[in-house]
Amino acid sequence: MSNRLLEIENLTTSFRIGDGYYAAVDNVSLTVNRNEVLGIVGESGSGKSALAFSIMRLHNRAKIEGKINLEDTDLVKASTNELNKLRGDSLSMIFQDPLTALNPLMEIGAQIGETLVLHRPQMSKKQRYDRVIELLNLVGIPRPEHVYQQYPHELSGGMRQRVVIAIAIANKPQLLIADEPTTALDVTIQAQILDLIHKLKEEMDAGIILITHDLGVVAEMADRVAVMYAGEIVEVAEVHTLFENPLHPYTRSLLNSVPTEGQDKLHVIQGIVPSLKNLPRTGCRFAARIPWIDESAHEENPVLHEVSPGHYVRCTCHSKFYFPEEGKEGEANGAS
Amino acid sequence: MWKFIVRRLLVTFPQIVLLSILVFVMAQFMPGDALTGQVDPNVSPEIKQQIRERLGLNNPWYVQYTDWIGGAVTGDFGQSFRFKMPVTDLIEQRIYNTFWLSLVTLIFMYIIAVPLGIISGRYNDTWLDQTITGYTYLGFATPLFIFALVMLWIFGYQFGWFPTSGSVAPGLSPGSWDYVWSKFQHLLLPALSMALIGTVSTVQYLRSEIVDTKQRDFIITARAKGASESRVYNRHILRNSVLPIAAFFGWEITGLISGTIFIERIFGYPGMGALFLESVLMRDYSVVTALVLLFGVAAILGALLSDIILSIVDPRIRIK
Amino acid sequence: MALLEVRDLKVHFPIKGGILNRTVGHIKAVDGVNFSIEQGKTYGLVGESGSGKSTTGKAIIGLEQITEGQVIFNGEDITSIKNKTKDIRKDIQMIFQDPYSSLNPRKRVLDIIAEPLRNYEKLTKNEEKQRVYELLELVGLTPESIWKFPHQFSGGQRQRIGVARAIALKPKLIIADEPVSALDVSVQAQVLNFMQDIQKELGLTYLFISHDLGVVKHMCDEIAIMYRGRYVEQGTKDDIFENPQHIYTKRLIAAIPDVNPRNRDKHYVFRQEVKKEYEQAYDEYFDAEGLAFGLKDISDTHRVALPERG
Repeated sequence: MSNRLLEIENLTTSFRIGDGYYAAVDNVSLTVNRNEVLGIVGESGSGKSALAFSIMRLHNRAKIEGKINLEDTDLVKASTNELNKLRGDSLSMIFQDPLTALNPLMEIGAQIGETLVLHRPQMSKKQRYDRVIELLNLVGIPRPEHVYQQYPHELSGGMRQRVVIAIAIANKPQLLIADEPTTALDVTIQAQILDLIHKLKEEMDAGIILITHDLGVVAEMADRVAVMYAGEIVEVAEVHTLFENPLHPYTRSLLNSVPTEGQDKLHVIQGIVPSLKNLPRTGCRFAARIPWIDESAHEENPVLHEVSPGHYVRCTCHSKFYFPEEGKEGEANGAS
Repeated sequence: MWKFIVRRLLVTFPQIVLLSILVFVMAQFMPGDALTGQVDPNVSPEIKQQIRERLGLNNPWYVQYTDWIGGAVTGDFGQSFRFKMPVTDLIEQRIYNTFWLSLVTLIFMYIIAVPLGIISGRYNDTWLDQTITGYTYLGFATPLFIFALVMLWIFGYQFGWFPTSGSVAPGLSPGSWDYVWSKFQHLLLPALSMALIGTVSTVQYLRSEIVDTKQRDFIITARAKGASESRVYNRHILRNSVLPIAAFFGWEITGLISGTIFIERIFGYPGMGALFLESVLMRDYSVVTALVLLFGVAAILGALLSDIILSIVDPRIRIK
Repeated sequence: MALLEVRDLKVHFPIKGGILNRTVGHIKAVDGVNFSIEQGKTYGLVGESGSGKSTTGKAIIGLEQITEGQVIFNGEDITSIKNKTKDIRKDIQMIFQDPYSSLNPRKRVLDIIAEPLRNYEKLTKNEEKQRVYELLELVGLTPESIWKFPHQFSGGQRQRIGVARAIALKPKLIIADEPVSALDVSVQAQVLNFMQDIQKELGLTYLFISHDLGVVKHMCDEIAIMYRGRYVEQGTKDDIFENPQHIYTKRLIAAIPDVNPRNRDKHYVFRQEVKKEYEQAYDEYFDAEGLAFGLKDISDTHRVALPERG
């Protein structure tokens, strides 16, 4: 049996702005295996959340083209009915903001139980109750019988995020998408939640897509990493390779802008992330932000090149890239 | 929750006292007093003075106020100068009519508002929504009394589908089926007229609540669970949108009071609103005072009711 | 002499309750905080949500009522709001967390930055504009920006507008309350670099409030860790990161994700150990109410809230 769980091929998700459609996710191809965490890194506006929502098919008014094969089902072609059968069952998602992701007027127990009602209708009330309590225990919520009857506003942010996770894992999904699951949380709680997701991956043999802007979280969690910029994937690699031998100028810039040991000055990426409407649609999309690199270094139509097994990088500019503060002699493949 | 209700009740009491003082002061400023119209105009001023003394009309204002409020609490509002009968008896006849009219109006209002609001909110920016929104704008712009007159003229006089005045056909004995039916027929047109105009704010409110709730994050959570569209609406969107409407319920009473004043007059419906207007025109001050007090108390109790309903349905308030 | 000295600062909020809504207790948001900052240094205040770090900052600048204690700025007692004369208010400025909501969306950049100038200095229209140009240049924005509105800028640029406003009056102390928490990493780098640059240029002193230990480590000379209104540990950057003594500090440091994936398993084990230690030693390190004990000196620079047993 193949280990492959999700296969995304040439996915393009476009939104209507004014008179035309603009692609927020542009021709993205990715795979996720079982028992694997794929980290997706990028800044706001890179299209990483739009990608997650496309896989879940949660966009309201977007044009989606390409293929999203979850095992044998193409989610792009799936009917609403088919999607409803998958969502919350074998395909589920943890949302970013625990404060707004729960229904304020529904008891915690009912919100978790709803997932079971929808996908395990044969369960008796008692069985369902027991399972919800089991889930609350699993995500580390103390006094689950009490919390079962509470409302979201009675819980702290960390506790609510655990509830959101409990909803997502209630039916042991095969693919779990976690969209910035710890961004809104304190560090100690973040650590607990990350450990929890890690534990769940092992137990459920699930594939996990972890979307984050926090490179530390990726380093802790991911097996493979995809870096997104301006709707495109610019680099994919196994996690050690990505941190030890990053190639794409954007990946290298990002890594250099995080404060680390003994660093005097942080690297600053010039310019700003272009808005959806103003995205350059031809050539290397990152070119405008590394103007000191000669134009000839870029490909005319940049594609992903496999530089070593499993390590892909877009455009050829990486081979000519250097940081302006290092000078040209720093021109090499390795990271600083 | 009980703590909240008790605290809310504690606030209500001083509100009512304050209202009664205001009404009393207002009454004091009106020309004439309880004696006006009661005694023969030929009686000499000295004797009038004596009667005044005896009735306590020369006492300081706070003593008079205590006497008045004491009477009001026991249901004694004095005499109507025009009808020559105790105000209490006069109001008693009318209060049931107004109560039924208000109740039926309220029911109509929600029967109209809930489906229209839901359709409009769910399919926002479609032609259906635009039609409904158009109706609400018309409703906002149309004065109730003109609309009521038009309704009366069309359905009452032109088509003759509804009786055009009174609260019951004459000659029917109270308690009989025909009597009840006739009462209902008389209610129908005024209630419908008032509801069609009065409901538009509720429609608008419900629509914007739904449009708003639709975009909330927890709706995405519900979809991500695999809930079907109808379940998302029934379990998540509607409940959360209807809640503020339920809380609005008590406030509607205030709107109904002002509505009945016009409607009862136009439809010749013998209720408190019509009585109020007549009494104002006839300068029947004891009746006006009593009605203002009653209307005021109803409005305050409506607000109280709103808050209590909200505290019951919204867990976020319930806990505090 | 220290530029800012905070002595036994307490900020207590009343809790209302009962049917009559009377005060039934107090939330001790800040409960006896002492520290001083030297001119030109950056002092980091770290803690999780609810630790009282932001309240401390706001109390110093006068945005929160001080219940008890003293704030001494430049040798002058500025504890009570009345004593905050115009000059002192000029000397202390604040940068807020959210660059999206802390700027008035209906005002042009010129008006936003010139606002403090208009309050404190009488300048002609031309002088004022000249000063705004200088400030914009200092924060690295183009002169045309002066006529734009906040929504026309990116998050990092907006935060720089906020900084320009804060430094318009050449303050001595800037209280930065989570200045980069809402920003993307690359933008964060931009703002942090820039804050360091103007610190050198203008001799600024920072009180840097943040929950992000990585950023605090990068920026600060001295660091204090707060937990539920009290200090648990205070020391130089090295004291805190190389030699943490309090279990809470250890736990916070262990919780920072390691950017080297090779250390993942080691770090995971370490984190679990620290967590275990934290749970076991909790009662020892905190009193019956779950609050930290008083600070004890363990070196000239390093103070820790160690248990009473010594």
